Amino acid sequence: MTDSKYFTTTKKGEIFELKAELNSDKKEKKKEAVKKVIASMTVGKDVSALFPDVVNCMQTDNLELKKLVYLYLMNYAKSQPDMAIMAVNTFVKDCEDPNPLIRALAVRTMGCIRVDKITEYLCEPLRKCLKDEDPYVRKTAAVCVAKLHDINAQLVEDQGFLDTLKDLISDSNPMVVANAVAALSEIAESHPNSNLLDLNPQSINKLLTALNECTEWGQIFILDCLANYTPRDDRESQSICERVTPRLSHANSAVVLSAVKVLMKFMEMLPKDLDYYGTLLKKLAPPLVTLLSAEPELQYVALRNINLIVQKRPEILKHEMKVFFVKYNDPIYVKLEKLDIMIRLASQANIAQVLAELKEYATEVDVDFVRKAVRAIGRCAIKVEQSAERCVSTLLDLIQTKVNYVVQEAIVVIKDIFRKYPNKYESVIATLCENLDSLDEPEARAAMIWIVGEYAERIDNADELLESFLEGFHDESTQVQLQLLTAIVKLFLKKPTETQELVQQVLSLATQDSDNPDLRDRGYIYWRLLSTDPVAAKEVVLAEKPLISEETDLIEPTLLEELICHIGTLASVYHKPPSAFVEGSRGVMHKRLPARTGSGEGTECPDVGNAAGGSAPEAAPSIIPSQGDLLGDLLNLDLAPPTTTGPTPSTSGMQMGGMDLLGGGLESLLGGDIGGSPAMGAGFGAAPAVMPASLNAPVGGGLGDLFDLGGGVGMPMGAYIPPKTVWLPAMKAKGLEISGTFARRAGVIQMELVLTNKAMSVMTDFAIQFNRNSFGLAPAGPLQVLTPLGPNQTIEVSLPLSTVGPVMKMDPLNNLQVAVKNNIDVFYFSCQYPISMLFVEDGKMERQVFLATWKDIPNDNESQFQIQDCHLNSEAASNKLQGSNIFTIAKRTVEGQDMLYMSIKLSNGIWVLAELKVQAGNPNYTISLKCRAPEVSQCVFQCYEAVLKN
Amino acid sequence: NSILAEFLLILVLICRNYKGDVDMAEIDHFLPLLMTQEEEGLTCPIMSHGNVHFLWIKHTNLYLVATTNKNSNASLVYAFLYKVVEVFTEYFTELEEESIQDNFVVVYELLDELMDFGFPQTTDSKILQEYITQEGTKLEVAKTKVPTTVTNAVSWRSEGIKYKKNEVFIDVIESINLLVNANGSVMSSDIVGTVKLKTMLSGMPELRLGLNDRALFALTGRDKGKTVTMEDVKFHQCVRLSRFESDRTISFIPPDGESELMSYRINTHVKPLIWIESVIEKFSHSRVEIMVKAKGQFKKQSVANNVEVRVPVPSDADSPKFKTSTGHAKYVPEKNLAVWTIKSFPGGKEFLMRASFGLPSVENDEMEGKPPITVNFEIPYFTVSGIQVRYMKIIEKSGYQALPWVRYITQSGDYQLRSNF
Repeated sequence: MTDSKYFTTTKKGEIFELKAELNSDKKEKKKEAVKKVIASMTVGKDVSALFPDVVNCMQTDNLELKKLVYLYLMNYAKSQPDMAIMAVNTFVKDCEDPNPLIRALAVRTMGCIRVDKITEYLCEPLRKCLKDEDPYVRKTAAVCVAKLHDINAQLVEDQGFLDTLKDLISDSNPMVVANAVAALSEIAESHPNSNLLDLNPQSINKLLTALNECTEWGQIFILDCLANYTPRDDRESQSICERVTPRLSHANSAVVLSAVKVLMKFMEMLPKDLDYYGTLLKKLAPPLVTLLSAEPELQYVALRNINLIVQKRPEILKHEMKVFFVKYNDPIYVKLEKLDIMIRLASQANIAQVLAELKEYATEVDVDFVRKAVRAIGRCAIKVEQSAERCVSTLLDLIQTKVNYVVQEAIVVIKDIFRKYPNKYESVIATLCENLDSLDEPEARAAMIWIVGEYAERIDNADELLESFLEGFHDESTQVQLQLLTAIVKLFLKKPTETQELVQQVLSLATQDSDNPDLRDRGYIYWRLLSTDPVAAKEVVLAEKPLISEETDLIEPTLLEELICHIGTLASVYHKPPSAFVEGSRGVMHKRLPARTGSGEGTECPDVGNAAGGSAPEAAPSIIPSQGDLLGDLLNLDLAPPTTTGPTPSTSGMQMGGMDLLGGGLESLLGGDIGGSPAMGAGFGAAPAVMPASLNAPVGGGLGDLFDLGGGVGMPMGAYIPPKTVWLPAMKAKGLEISGTFARRAGVIQMELVLTNKAMSVMTDFAIQFNRNSFGLAPAGPLQVLTPLGPNQTIEVSLPLSTVGPVMKMDPLNNLQVAVKNNIDVFYFSCQYPISMLFVEDGKMERQVFLATWKDIPNDNESQFQIQDCHLNSEAASNKLQGSNIFTIAKRTVEGQDMLYMSIKLSNGIWVLAELKVQAGNPNYTISLKCRAPEVSQCVFQCYEAVLKN
Repeated sequence: NSILAEFLLILVLICRNYKGDVDMAEIDHFLPLLMTQEEEGLTCPIMSHGNVHFLWIKHTNLYLVATTNKNSNASLVYAFLYKVVEVFTEYFTELEEESIQDNFVVVYELLDELMDFGFPQTTDSKILQEYITQEGTKLEVAKTKVPTTVTNAVSWRSEGIKYKKNEVFIDVIESINLLVNANGSVMSSDIVGTVKLKTMLSGMPELRLGLNDRALFALTGRDKGKTVTMEDVKFHQCVRLSRFESDRTISFIPPDGESELMSYRINTHVKPLIWIESVIEKFSHSRVEIMVKAKGQFKKQSVANNVEVRVPVPSDADSPKFKTSTGHAKYVPEKNLAVWTIKSFPGGKEFLMRASFGLPSVENDEMEGKPPITVNFEIPYFTVSGIQVRYMKIIEKSGYQALPWVRYITQSGDYQLRSNF
């Protein structure tokens, strides 16, 4: 007889019948009835009406029956809180039962009853169970603390359960230790700053000892907990690694991955020249490879993690290419991941084999897999230069198969190959053109059009080919339209005589008949350019393009670092930080790899700076965001051109043009290598030759003695932060109001935004993107708005900015165009940042250098401004300015007039030198600014004014 | 970094909400999501709906789904789901809809012991069977004590086991994985070996297994004959890993009965034991001609048993004709395969099979994949790597004498040869 009969009774009046049976005198009948109730509950019927009757059956010495009643309670207590109280007495009694199974069962169940009133009664029994003589009860009680904390955190703290739980880490029983660690980790997660786990060398030692003795699951809890610890120095790090490595031989894949996480993290602290570092690297490869023999789902998790590991430490698996070859019977998700890793591992040494495999895959039938394989061939060509020729011929072979999606995919990647190796493989263009008619995907059409435009002079019938696309111009997607516009303009510039009509046609299609602003604007720009200055047009449109970067789809280094700390978890599978998909995790610290610190004497490691960042990969290739990620999404909206390395066909041609077009005085602004520095270098170089004389010789009243006064600089004040202003009124943004300001804190530029939802509906999925700007400001991370923004809600967000984004001169110089996206739409606004945000901390110039530079900058570059109505003395002014990284180098007093000499360094390396005249009793200051890029002077002056007057 | 399988569910049949932070109704989104993915041909073992993430595996016709709304340890979740399958299979022989319904009370009890609040607990079925039984626990309270094993450091073996005759059987099984390209070059090959034990020993015996492990001999400086380099080794929970790490000693207290003690992977290139050459010619609209040559590339004294060469044929093939120099060939239309079986295949021999199929004059539009030729075989009394059990020391405090028995076998693993048609 089996239990399945309980599922079969579904007649009317069932509840009544069950009620009667539950109240029966016969034990057997009672038990049967409870089973029927549970069966009904399992299939989703509501049997909550039987609550009192079932609870009455709780007092029983039949363990099976008791378990069923408990199960029922867990399910329905929440909906019947008042009646659940009836069960409390039995729970309390059961917690004192001589049988440890019953004690544990009671404490386990009580924790699952999420009714506030019950939790109060739970405390005393729980306290006893935490000290129970039987480890089975203690390990259950440990978990119960986490359960209770989830219901009422305050209660757990008040009752001192957390301390008891911490004590259990030293329990003699490994299973109790493991559960205590698991419970504490869980609690700590909701209190990121509580320092609950309080990991120190002593407690770490205890955990490492327990690691050898507890079950496989306990080992995982402990390893995951260890991964949160930051060793004091490389010696401690090494000793932990040594004790963790044996876990790599565990049969459970999850134990292995958690061990890998600890090792990958702590390895960061080991000096690379250490023998042990090399040993450890060697030890990691075999277990990672073995994970590929696990069940397919575990293989998938392993592969996603290997993808991260390969990016972080390519040396580990560089010889293991073969194990990633795709098997016919691999599930599709495994195949796609293997392919990705194959490309990452591709190198000159193994490229022949890889290509042979990719070609094999490209003839499979699974469309997604085949497409990815074709794309992979293109990526190999770009990554391994020596293989480019073979890749191109492989792609041509594939085009010959005439399989539609293969052809299209091949054309898209061949375009990228052209971008990487211009003027090398044009012989294949004829073959490509043969397939023009079969292209029906926008990306492939756009790629083909780009190729025709780019090589128009070598394609005899380029005009015919492009003209054929023009007929259905308005039915094409935007990227094809944009591409066609650019291609025809290119064609015209190359063969002006025959194509005038064509270019007229496309310009009028783009500017007069189109609703798309991007298309229209681009059309107008070309039109004006062509009509005003064809020579300039040629220079702009046919400008030489920078080569595209070799590594694509790399994860951004800080994110990669964070993900390495999350090996084995969902984050590592999604390749997203936990904050991106876990609700309520905002404000939780992002995990970072530890910085390397030497043991003993400490920090004299020569390359500390390099290691401290932790993230600095051996070679930092520039990154092309993978499609589908946030940036990609924004780019698809065509709101901003991608980074200059972007392969997107729709913008590549145009974007370069735009750069030159608008870049009039840009060189001088780009700072660093192009503008300021070389000249500066000259200044430095010249200094020793010229200066000693003028410095050492007592040139009375000359510039020399002003330096003697030294910088009597007092305590610096905080940096100036302008008040928040409304940047985007709600009217213009479907209810989203954005106000904000900029601040520089501890050397980090931050955009501080206040988002207010004035609409009726909830806003989600916020993202932000900047247009190119004068100083390359760009968001250093995603916009962290994680909880949906409800109507009338306001949220303050701080967005760290970097200055390594693409550069384009703006007018005014400090103008920033911003696009904010949410679930409703994309909104654009522009705002101006005080240029003082860009003043870096090391902007204090050496005196001699100041002097030389001041002389060296031509007088034409000097500008004078008046600051009116300022009532600070020179000392106070100097202090105030220093707070904003404007450094006073020297002060000189001439006839009651204070002359302050100051230097400023911008984030792009441009120096600004200033002379500020302050006259006692006169509220009007005079300031002279000298800079090799005089365009910035106006902005700098504004900052002076703002800083001094606030 | 939480470790939570929020609840486990064997679809619609049974579920257990371990934490209560994911609404049970969320599971309603699971099947539609899965169906959409299947339609697109892009299934993924992790899916999400809103804040809820579904991690699932499929066993026979059941889906085992774990849900979470945190950044859970995904590898732990899958390892646990597979463990659940293992435990249930040992309890009910088959894990399927019927066995769940027939035993739902035990299933609930097991789910209670397997996991608590998202933390996996006791998952060793032998130990679970000591206190959760299918007969239903009777009223004898005294008997339902927690087995100390549950919380012991030795959590896989109970005390007080008794056998009249103390024996341990060791099976060393090596599987050959092979991938050969259509042009006949070996793309990858490796050996995955496992050591399985059937332990019939009394008390708490201490065992030590000695293999001709090259790393061990390098460590001790003794070099006696042929040794084997194991690329990676994985051990059962019972083996003392730190001991192995320090001196390569495999020491353990074995679980009772059958268990897999260890597995290892060897990268050394071996000559493919059974080599296949094939010519498959397709004459569109008329016929397919297949010629397969199989060659035993192993010692003459050895014999491969139950050799099965599985050759893919187009799905629209018909009227098969076979000719074999040995063994027997047949057409398995439901798998689109021609299967050639050779019961006994001595080393060094070479056999031939020819097959021809008719093709319809109207061509099948659908593109077909290019499945590889696969081979199954088994060669007893032989390990391809040359690995050997040098000794098995058994020490128990009662001092009994016990006999170890060793058996070797080599078999095909994932053995694929890409064909060219």
